[in-house]
Amino acid sequence: MPRDSAPDERKIKNYNLNFGPQHPAAHGVLRLILELDGEVVERADPHIGLLHRGTEKLIEHKTYLQAIGYFDRLDYAAPMNQEHAFVLAIEKALGVSVPERGQYIRVLYAELTRIMNHILNVTTHAMDVGALTPILWGFEERETLCTFYERASGARMHAKYFRPGGVHQDLPPDLIEDIWNWTERFPKVLDDIATLLVDNRIFKQRNVDIGVLTQEQAFELGLSGPMLRATGLAWDLRKAQPYDVYDRMDFDVPVGRHGDCYDRFMVRMEEMRQSLKIMRQCIDEMPDGPVLTDDHKVAPPRRGEMKRSMEALIHHFKLYTEGFKVPAGEVYAAVEAPKGEFGVYLVSDGTNRPWRCKIRAPAFVHLAAMDTMLRGHMLADVPAVLGSIDVVFGEVDR
Amino acid sequence: MSVNEAELRELGARIAEALAFEVQSWQVVKGELTIETHADQIVKVLTFLRDDGQTRFRTLIDICGVDWPERDRRFDVVYHLLSMELNQRIRVKIRTDEETPIPSITGVFPNADWFERELWDMFGVRITGHPDLRRILTDYGFEGHPLRKDFPLSGFVELRYDEELKRVVYEPVKLAQEFRRFDFLSPWEGAKYILPGDEKAAAGERQGEE
Repeated sequence: MPRDSAPDERKIKNYNLNFGPQHPAAHGVLRLILELDGEVVERADPHIGLLHRGTEKLIEHKTYLQAIGYFDRLDYAAPMNQEHAFVLAIEKALGVSVPERGQYIRVLYAELTRIMNHILNVTTHAMDVGALTPILWGFEERETLCTFYERASGARMHAKYFRPGGVHQDLPPDLIEDIWNWTERFPKVLDDIATLLVDNRIFKQRNVDIGVLTQEQAFELGLSGPMLRATGLAWDLRKAQPYDVYDRMDFDVPVGRHGDCYDRFMVRMEEMRQSLKIMRQCIDEMPDGPVLTDDHKVAPPRRGEMKRSMEALIHHFKLYTEGFKVPAGEVYAAVEAPKGEFGVYLVSDGTNRPWRCKIRAPAFVHLAAMDTMLRGHMLADVPAVLGSIDVVFGEVDR
Repeated sequence: MSVNEAELRELGARIAEALAFEVQSWQVVKGELTIETHADQIVKVLTFLRDDGQTRFRTLIDICGVDWPERDRRFDVVYHLLSMELNQRIRVKIRTDEETPIPSITGVFPNADWFERELWDMFGVRITGHPDLRRILTDYGFEGHPLRKDFPLSGFVELRYDEELKRVVYEPVKLAQEFRRFDFLSPWEGAKYILPGDEKAAAGERQGEE
């Protein structure tokens, strides 16, 4: 019987796998088109934009104060760090200075937010590779941090707490004390989570030497934050280009050596400990005084003042209707957000609304590196890599 | 700050000297160095900034567009670079319009890939030499470029799930309430329009003159 080809000469075709947009390990709405050869990833093509809300367009239609709220909703795992970048950009454009206590509170909350973000990332990363306990332990602490958010700003997540010229309200004294007590308690939880994962054989098998990036690749791909530091480069904007009172803080910048998923995880674990150190310094050194600038063209007068002073009332009214005008020009301000360099490029035409506000999101850049990281890896490594780059789609899609 | 500003001025002068033909203008404003160049020279300028021993701007931070519709060449394309060695940033700007393509810089900085896709998607800036110029943030089959100033905030289509067709359908946007853009710019300080109700006053003055 004639045959066209022997059975062992059959051609195996590469096939495409559609990962997401509704996949439990996709960290949101990522649609990943994977080209597979058997179980080996030949090409990964992330399709993003499923959460695109047109934030940049909306900001062009709002006054500067109204636009702050959109920054909470970008990376909703670390809201205040992004507000920080935006208010720093506004302050730079206006030339407004921030009272010292305001700066300390901002640094305190920026670090608190970093821990919030890293708890979420580290534990969900662990969950993606099969460990369920860390997320249960971690979220209890994260909830406490949300309460600290609420007690400072009134909102658990979308705080809108940082304002041009400082922060919106002063912290109540018992809150500062509670945060201090929490910083004493939290290292124990961190140790517990670390015992579960750091030497865990399964966790290591799933993460060591997976998704390796070299320093050379880090430059080519424009990495920042823990992704960059895991390759061994000690680059941290808090040290290199300090903003607010970071130049007074004493902390170390942890680095990795191999640039793999495991190193990124370890860098984040250590960063949490360093953040605790900064928070404690902030509380120790925090001076008394105002938390918001008294330039009432930028910041509203206190409520008590408004009861007595006509001028204060007018300032308040003007600020919440017209807003303030930013002199024409352009500025770029960047902060070391938990995920990497979060930057805001602000173009003003001299009116009360931004002409253009470009948001430079770290996860956008890191997600673009997915293809490089995944090539040649197994399908099962995809969630591990995705977990280790720490993406939140609010900021990728904007 | 002032030390940094002096360093930036020195750096700007050095770059302007090395690229005398390419650099149109440079300035240091608010502690930030900005260089303007011709669109067709951008690859050369960025390659120089990346490789020259005295600049070493090896990280591409961001590419973004800015739309100035009333201008002759309406789009600014802005490149932000970072040098970790110098601990400095630089901004390089070029201008283009809807028709004239700009060269892709993916050969210089591979991570420009997604930024340029976003630039095309959001502004419709044409880019030559990009390996895979697809839309990135907007929907499959989207039309228009949302961050252009002449694109309405509400967009043109809205979608909903149709119970009869059992799928999502696209329809022209219907707003229950007209979209209102409150301005609030103080009329005494440079609002460039006639205040509502003032049209007659202006007409009356003109009649009075006659």
